[in-house]
This record gives sequence, C-alpha cells and structure tokens, in this order.
Amino acid sequence: MTMTSIAQLIIGVTDLAAALLFMYGLKRMSSPVTAPSGIFVAGVGMLVAVLASFFYVFDVGATAKPHLMVNVGLGVVALIVGGGVAWWAGKKVAMTAMPQMVAIYNGMGGGAAGAIAAVELFGGKAPGTTQLVVTLLGALIGAISLSGSLIAWAKLQGVIKKPLRIRGQQYFNIFVLLGTLAVAGYLVYVAQGASSQLLPTPQLIYLFFGCALIYGILMTLPIGGADMPVVISIYNAATGLAVGLEGFVLGNPALMIAGMVVGAAGTLLTLLMAKAMNRSVMNVLFTNFGGAPKHKAGHIKGSMKPTAAADAGIFMRYAKSVIVVPGYGLAAAQGQQKLYEFVKLLQAAGVSVKFAIHPVAGRMPGQMDVLLAEAGVPYDLIFQLDDINDEFKTTDVALVIGANDVVNPAARTDKSSPIFGMPILNADQAKRVYVVKRGQGKGYADIVNALFYADNCNMVYGDAAAVLTMMIEAVRGLGTKAAA
Amino acid sequence: MDFSIHITGFVALYIFMLAAFAGWVIIGHVPAILHTPLMSGSNFVHGIVVVGGMYALLNSSTMQEQVIGFFAVLLGAGNAAGGYAVTGRMLAMFQTSGQKTHHAKDRHAKARHLKAT
Repeated sequence: MTMTSIAQLIIGVTDLAAALLFMYGLKRMSSPVTAPSGIFVAGVGMLVAVLASFFYVFDVGATAKPHLMVNVGLGVVALIVGGGVAWWAGKKVAMTAMPQMVAIYNGMGGGAAGAIAAVELFGGKAPGTTQLVVTLLGALIGAISLSGSLIAWAKLQGVIKKPLRIRGQQYFNIFVLLGTLAVAGYLVYVAQGASSQLLPTPQLIYLFFGCALIYGILMTLPIGGADMPVVISIYNAATGLAVGLEGFVLGNPALMIAGMVVGAAGTLLTLLMAKAMNRSVMNVLFTNFGGAPKHKAGHIKGSMKPTAAADAGIFMRYAKSVIVVPGYGLAAAQGQQKLYEFVKLLQAAGVSVKFAIHPVAGRMPGQMDVLLAEAGVPYDLIFQLDDINDEFKTTDVALVIGANDVVNPAARTDKSSPIFGMPILNADQAKRVYVVKRGQGKGYADIVNALFYADNCNMVYGDAAAVLTMMIEAVRGLGTKAAA
Repeated sequence: MDFSIHITGFVALYIFMLAAFAGWVIIGHVPAILHTPLMSGSNFVHGIVVVGGMYALLNSSTMQEQVIGFFAVLLGAGNAAGGYAVTGRMLAMFQTSGQKTHHAKDRHAKARHLKAT
C-alpha cells in the first residue's frame, strides 16, 4: 500500500467514527439524564476527526505540494488560535450571555463553510456544473448565516437596540437576494465557457459574497430582539446545511452527515420554538413584529399598585403554594441564586414551590431552565407551560420575576394585540400575583401588560436580586422573632 | 488498494436524505428544558467544518487560497472549541433533586467518621 492509500484509509475510518459519534452524542443530549455525557461523546468524535485531518498531507494535489510545509504551519496556528480563543471565551462568558455566544460560534461555522467555498471558487476546483452549483449554494447559505448571526449577536448584546425598519424593506431585501442569485447564475454560465464576460471571474466572486453577506444583514435587521432565539435557531440549521453542501463538494461524507443532521435537527428545533410562540417561521422572518399599532394604555382599567418587597415576602411565607415565573429580568439581575435561596426558605416553612417556565422565557428557549439549573434548582421542580398552566387557578401566589410578555393576558383576550394567540402562563389566575420589575416600562415586545393593572396584582419595583435579598431578610426576620 | 471516496449525484442525495431523517428523529422528543443546550450542541457538531477547512487549506497553492483557507480553519476551530465549551458548561448544571442523596450520603459518611473517631 502507498502512503496515500494508508492516509485515505485512516481518514475514511476516523470520519466514519466521527459521524457515528456525532449522532450518538446528539441522541444522548436529547435526554437530561444522559445529556452531559452526550457532548463528551460528540467531542471525542470531533477530536479524532480533526487529528486525522492532518493525514490529508499525504493526499494533496500536485500544485499544492511545494506549499505543503507552509500550509501545515498555517493550519496548526489557525487551529490553536481559533480553538484557543473560542474555548477561553466559552469558558469565561457569563451564563446570561450564552445565547449571543452561540450566535457567534454559529456565525463562525457559517463563515468557515463560506471560506471553503471561496477557496474552491477562486481555485476553479469544481469538476462539474453540479459541484459548482452546490458550492455556490453552500457559500450563499454560509455567508448569510455569518452576517445574520453577527447581527443577532449585536442585538442580543445590546449593540443594536432597535429593529431597523424602512418602508418597502422586504421588497428591497428580495431584490438583493435575487441579485445575489443572478450573480451566482452568471458565474455558472461563465464556467460553461462564455466567450466574453461582464466582469472577470474573481470580481464576480467578490460581488457574489458581498451581496450574500449584505442580504444576511438586511434580513436580520428588521427582526425584533424578542424573536432572536428563533432567528439563531434558523441560522444554526442554515450553517448545518451549508456545511453539508460543502461536504459534498469536498467529497467528505462526515461533513455531509453532520451538516445535514444539524440542518434537520435545527429545522425541527426552530419549528418547535415558533410553535411555542404560536407563530409561523415565515411570520417571524417577514412580519414586522411589534411594529403593529401600539396599544393605548387607556384601554386598561385599574392601576399599578406598588407594594414593598418585605410585605410580599412575608405574604408568600404564609401562603400554601407559590409558583415562580422567572424571565429575562431575573437573569439580567443575576438573581437566580438569590431566588433559589428565597425558595428554600419558603420550602423550609412548608410552602409548596414550583417554577413555571414559558417556552420562550429569556432570550433563548430553555435559557431559564439552564440559569435555574446553574443556581442549583433541581429540574423536577421546574415545569413547562402545558404541565403547570392549570395549577395557577388553585395556587395562592404567582411570583413573576422579570417576565412580562409571557404572562400578558392580552394574548388570550385582545385580538388587536400583536401577541394575540401566543400561549401564555396563566399567572393572572392565581389568587395573588406579585410582579418584580425594574420600572414601569414595557417588555421586550413593547406591549402594555394588562396583568399589572389587575386587582389581584401588586408590583414590587426594583432590581430582581435586590428585591429578593429584601424578601429573604424579611422572612428570616420572622424566623428569629418566632424563635425568641 | 484505493480508499479514496467519490460521491456522485444520487449517492449524495441518499446520504442527505438519510442524515436529515436521522437528525429529525434524534431530536424528535426532546423536552423543552433541553432546547438551549441542544441548539448549542448541534451548533458544536457543525464545527466539523474545520476538517473541510483543513482539506481546503492543505490543498491551497496560491497566497489568496492560503489566506482564505487559514480563515476557514480559524473560524471552524472556533465553532468547534467554543461550541464544546459552552455546551459542556450548560449540561454540567443539570441535576435532579434525586441526586441530592449524594449530599445525604456524604453527611452519613461524615457522621460515621465522627463516630469512629
């Protein structure tokens, strides 16, 4: 056997193993009991495949042979720098900033797929029309995923604060997309051997990537921050698809399988999230959510009734049952530890406490689950919308912390509300509702919340962590008095 | 022997079809509590693009290809390493109240230890 075929054998076997480990790892990740080992299994697959990729040195084309040492050096540097920085950032980032980190890493994957396509295109390496078309398609999707993910990051990070909407924007976006496709089509036409062309091929490739990147930006800019979870999930699936397509171009089945598995899984996750918000994916992408006519405050009867944190805390201490509804405000205030401390005090006093999580609470589906888990809350105290919604009727107190739109009864009753039809947590049906909120402002979707004006609702203004500290002190104070 | 892989049109479509079906089924019954870790986990998995980046880089013969190939590997490695770090951190936090027996056991062990001394 030659060195080339040994290298091919090693790469073939390791890539096969990697594809298997990825699928098995994802399967394990889909249950809470086996999830932590799932990522390890997938990680082993990745490590093996990356190490084996160095065996490509025995299988390079004749033109690349003279550059081999430089290329290997570049590869090692890129692996160490790219992997090292991302690893360090991923370990260091606060749990609340996870969604934007996922957006960044996803954009990097899309960018890598686009870059691979660029190498193929500039080198004129596609052996046939099919390969060329697939390369261009993967490049388009990868580039959109890169620039779109970066905009999603900027929105979640608060760099871009307001959705940017201009009249006729959707038509302009479609125009840009069609323009990009036209450039791609022209590239294919040129590759067929056109006698004269409008622009030299390299310039056409630059134009193609430029248009695709701009389309990703334009597509994401008008989407409101509250919809970013769905958008990130879409781009995650898109990157998977782009990786799968480039895998076909490179003749690498591991990339094809991993990419397509993620493409399908990501699509399903996107649909699940959109369903949780009672909206279609098309609606998220192409409707100006929150741009609908604003609700007039005059519609709502009653007033917001503020109360002291200590009073609310003591009231809950003597309640039989409490359901906590956490939202992004809790995460932003880093109040999850304090919340669990307070909950443990209530439990010690014999109060039954449960957590109710709305599917889109936080900035990403399941983010609140992760944050509560971080604080040490056992996940069997955490209930999802369908499992707990009927219990609010029989519950003494609903404690809403930093959540707003997900408990807005307007979603059930008010047809003119932009969130009408979205399933909400029925916190308003509890005998008493306490809402911990930073100020009198509106939620992320910028809609007035009728719950805050309801007769059974009291507002506790302040930073979630500070309010919880006051509640803890108030309840502890009772304890020492009782002992004395 | 020849171990090189050639995938042509229909074979590719079969691979894509089966992989897409597998992805759909694997995620099928995931509880909402795992949506974020799973999105992050699948984000990690497409970090395999780094291997494609290595192939493209090692086969580069011009400065332009080398620069773009370098970025392909850089970005792909970031996707893989960052995705793993973030997903690992999220998943490490999951525990049931059942696992609290751990701590109970520790306490028993300590009590026994105290008795013995």
